[in-house]
Amino acid sequence: MSRYFRAEIKENRPVDKSYNILGLKPLKPSREPEPGQFYMIGIGGEYDPLLKRPFSVFRKNSDGFQILYRIKGRGTLLMRDMKEGVVIDVLGPLGNSYPLPDKGQIPLIVAGGIGIASVFSLAEKLSGESYMFYGARNRDELLMLNELKGLAEELFISTDDGSSGRKGTIADVLNDFLTHPSPVTQAKACGYSIYACGPKPMLEAVSRIAIDKGLNGYVSLEENMACGVGACLGCVVKTREGYKRVCKEGPVFPIEEIVW
Amino acid sequence: MNLSVNIGKLKLKNPVMTASGTFGYGEEYSEFVDLNRLGAVVVKGLSLTPREGNPPPRIIETPAGMLNAIGLQNIGIEVFIKDKLPFLRQFHTPVIANFFGDTVEEYSEAAKRLSDIEDIHGLEMNISCPNKHAGWIIFGTDPKVTFEVVSAVRRATHLPLIVKLSPNVTDIALMAKVAEDAGADAVSMINTITGMSIDIKTRRPRLANMTGGLSGPTIKPIAVRMVYEAYRAVKIPIIGMGGIMKAEDAIEFMLAGATAVAAGTANFVNPTVTIDIIHGIESFMKENSIVDVKELIGALRC
Repeated sequence: MSRYFRAEIKENRPVDKSYNILGLKPLKPSREPEPGQFYMIGIGGEYDPLLKRPFSVFRKNSDGFQILYRIKGRGTLLMRDMKEGVVIDVLGPLGNSYPLPDKGQIPLIVAGGIGIASVFSLAEKLSGESYMFYGARNRDELLMLNELKGLAEELFISTDDGSSGRKGTIADVLNDFLTHPSPVTQAKACGYSIYACGPKPMLEAVSRIAIDKGLNGYVSLEENMACGVGACLGCVVKTREGYKRVCKEGPVFPIEEIVW
Repeated sequence: MNLSVNIGKLKLKNPVMTASGTFGYGEEYSEFVDLNRLGAVVVKGLSLTPREGNPPPRIIETPAGMLNAIGLQNIGIEVFIKDKLPFLRQFHTPVIANFFGDTVEEYSEAAKRLSDIEDIHGLEMNISCPNKHAGWIIFGTDPKVTFEVVSAVRRATHLPLIVKLSPNVTDIALMAKVAEDAGADAVSMINTITGMSIDIKTRRPRLANMTGGLSGPTIKPIAVRMVYEAYRAVKIPIIGMGGIMKAEDAIEFMLAGATAVAAGTANFVNPTVTIDIIHGIESFMKENSIVDVKELIGALRC
């Protein structure tokens, strides 16, 4: 099954004023994505924009899969206008995926902003087992809350402006949770495993907390990307073993590996 | 229909190659492309010892193109021979090793080492990198230095030697002639054009390295013009590249004087582009009753 295929747009609908869900149906059998993997999406225009854009797989569905994207730059603005029925070029699923927690470990899923797109399917896969920490700039940018409530054992929310959940960063919420664990989680926990995706400062803060408390875990990273298959060496991040490619060795990296 | 062309004593089954640095070591694209179909595989640039490369961000998109400042990151010649070449050996497609050095001596040594290895069929030297012994001025922008380094490499190898020219010069025809006089079997052109992009909100360069190499369809007219100028100056074959996205582009380069062509940035956009170009050239030949692809070389009407 080729990882380079054409896919029909089944839906491209707003979930909020600056977020859309793009549903794609591959026109030939394609590989099943795992949580944490990504696709390179061709956004048309003969040569401008030139490169495909990387997006995490948000959810699998009966047609194929969905991408949850934030309308931010030129590429995503053009994506917003792509119509149902249009056929586009897609490369994927690419990269590695989130390793599942060891038996007895409680998964702590931490999402910041659009980072929710990457960890959502992990929460689905771990149905009900995970504790979820989700931060955004404000209440409007918290997406899929109803679905998330059903997916996690417990859902913690923070916003930068305090319009929903706790005012402050989601890393602080995680830190408090780990510093003052409830008797219930303490009784259950045979260690934790952290899964985080979001803006770099958040990932760095989460990583420090994890290292501080001796927990293992993973962060999903992003970088500007051209090829998505490990050839161009454009998307590297600094690790303890030198530069590694987000598209190939990542996007999911063990927390202790990353040099911030 | 004959698609084969010769680059010095190297025979290619068709004129379509991969541009160095855009096709990894072949393996990365082998799930999309049958490497047996390609004219040649040109691998990511190699140096005697591994290079770490530049800090990110290393790439950004520009209108109809991209800027890159990878910084020549590579695994080094020895690791290439041990870990990557065995994979490429299974295919009946010539492997061309692109390489570079910081000094003339490093170039010679690298060429010598690569020439000892069975199943490396040709060398492409990248002269668009800085010279440690001359204030880090780019080798390929000074005719004297170009002559010196190409001559030294010529003495160090018996393999077909391709010199990849830098477009960041005033007179590309002169540089092609210098490479020819120094013993090159072919020139490939163009390498990326130095460019820069600034984020006006932060007032910072958008690449960590400040400047980078511009590639993609945006540079194609410059590349075609340079191939045309070089073709009139040298007798050795030219491998044309710079923004080739489809067969029509490849044919344009051949009409300007290229004997073979390479797809670079296009691989990132369409991983099967090399095969698409080969098919497209075949269709064009059929439609225009061309029996030998060599009929296209330099067939520009003025």
